[in-house]
Amino acid sequence: MDAKHRGAAVDIRDVTKTYGTFTALDKVSLQIEAGQFMTFLGPSGSGKTTTLNVIAGFTDLTAGEILIGERSVGNLPAHKRNVGVVFQHYALFPHMTVAGNVEYPLKLRKLPKADRARRVAAALAMVHLTDFAHRYPAELSGGQQQRVALARAMVFDPPLLLMDEPLGALDKKLREWLQLEIKRIHRELGTTFVYVTHDQEEALALSDRIAVFNKGRIEQVGSGRDLYERPETLFVGRFIGESTVLTGAHETRGDETAIKVGDQWVGIPGRPAGAGPQALLLRPERITLARPGTGAVAGTNRLPARVTEAIYLGSGVKYEVTLADGTRGIARMTLADDHFALGDPVEVAWQKHEARLLADDGSSLAAQSGEDK
Amino acid sequence: MTRLQRILIWIFCAGVALWLVAPTLVIVPISFAEKKSLAFPPDGFSLQWYANILNSPDWSGSIVSSLKIAAIVAVVATVIGTLAAMGLAKMKAGPGGILRAILITPMIVPGVVLAIGIYAVYLDHQMVGTLVGYVLAHSMLAIPFVIIAVGASLAVFDTRLETAAASLGASRITTFFTVTLPLIAPGILSGLLFAFVTSFDEVIVALFINSPTLKTLPVQIFASMTRDSDPTVAAVGTLIFVLTSFTIAVGLWLGTRRRRS
Repeated sequence: MDAKHRGAAVDIRDVTKTYGTFTALDKVSLQIEAGQFMTFLGPSGSGKTTTLNVIAGFTDLTAGEILIGERSVGNLPAHKRNVGVVFQHYALFPHMTVAGNVEYPLKLRKLPKADRARRVAAALAMVHLTDFAHRYPAELSGGQQQRVALARAMVFDPPLLLMDEPLGALDKKLREWLQLEIKRIHRELGTTFVYVTHDQEEALALSDRIAVFNKGRIEQVGSGRDLYERPETLFVGRFIGESTVLTGAHETRGDETAIKVGDQWVGIPGRPAGAGPQALLLRPERITLARPGTGAVAGTNRLPARVTEAIYLGSGVKYEVTLADGTRGIARMTLADDHFALGDPVEVAWQKHEARLLADDGSSLAAQSGEDK
Repeated sequence: MTRLQRILIWIFCAGVALWLVAPTLVIVPISFAEKKSLAFPPDGFSLQWYANILNSPDWSGSIVSSLKIAAIVAVVATVIGTLAAMGLAKMKAGPGGILRAILITPMIVPGVVLAIGIYAVYLDHQMVGTLVGYVLAHSMLAIPFVIIAVGASLAVFDTRLETAAASLGASRITTFFTVTLPLIAPGILSGLLFAFVTSFDEVIVALFINSPTLKTLPVQIFASMTRDSDPTVAAVGTLIFVLTSFTIAVGLWLGTRRRRS
């Protein structure tokens, strides 16, 4: 690889893609800074892969504009965009060796032979596959094939590298190792990375910023921390990390909003966003479980519940509780805290300001598992 | 499996094999006959019928014509058939299926029906006995074989590789020559062979459109058989048999070698 180069910024402006009457992308706008690691996260069918395909030029857009660097690429065919793409299914050429695959984009660019050899060697070294140069793809494992694909996609120094669920077909251990590899390569190259995944843990592990997709729109863009601690929609809150979501009738009481959960009211500072139904979102770390009637602290909400599952995590214990109205709650406690057994009555307590008041957009629990279609 | 079962299976298989090749093997001894007769088994031994292939312009001329026509047909049918197969592969199932059925019809319609139609048109346009006439008629018959052979290769071809090639900077044409073509080459090659053999072997249409100045080998064989009992037929048959066996053997050998590596 030549001297470290900067990636290109990507500017997606009001991009719409329709198939007949189906709207796959609905006025999606997004700015990706040069050199950033941006992840598109969302359930399947949310538009994240369509957006990637539109950037790559595999899919025509119905309306809107895309700029890579300073260049508008809307009318540019895929092969003229100079964008590297890594696919979930590897897409290596089976009739070429590993070296042949990696050399392919360099041959198309008519680089001199010595130059090509040097770059192929450097790219294979970067993915630790130097010894496999003369093998055929069929002789490699899935993880090795994907590393070849990565080498092939970056060997021609594209200012933008797109990855469409590149680790989706690999097992967990390998996936975690390759995540670290991808992160390292991103740091070393300085290229802009756009990474598509439905796996929120992967998104959190890799990304500078994450765009959460849902039903052809971007719900929120931010760092993993932003999305986890300050979700702007209930969908995002549920999709990223674990949460307890409380819903019910609400009313405004001065500077506070009160929500009726079962037959009890809980409060949260602030006024509801919009007029529709409201929901409270709580992260597991913010919840304390207490034995009924003990340790009451001012400024907290308390709701009675029953322990329905206790999972030892090593670093702590995760409790699943069921509230009086049937809502499932999740709390994470340290090993130093009180222990509870299955069926124990408990009180779910949290500081009023540590919950998040969000409009109830009707997103289901299934969204959390990525199965919401 | 008992010893007896093994022996029985051996005998059965040998019997089937013999059944399949016997007609072909009969011509080999006849081709070395001393007298001008197709009797089997033949008397004596001579190479005169092989010499006759070279000496008789009827025989050598028709062999050259057949090879020439078959070679041109192979190329024409392979190019057109491959393009058609690629178009069909990209079409939607419904219209694609209908178009495919239409393109395959020359293979299904009885040869004699086609031959009458072709003959009627050729008579009107002075195309009987012309090279162009043979090539057009035989290519029409051969294209379906190419479409089927290449279509089978395309059915297992991963079109996502073309997307990948585009992302790496390859135009459509470059993608075709560097990715698609090498991967569907086995289908194209077998289509090419089928097309060649279809033309080389074709007798019905050729009988209708031949002329004294341009006739193919099957026509010459047919004429020879109906006129007299000339063992040159057997000599020609033996040569073709040896050549095709050799070609197939080389093909199989190359095939297994590649698979092993």
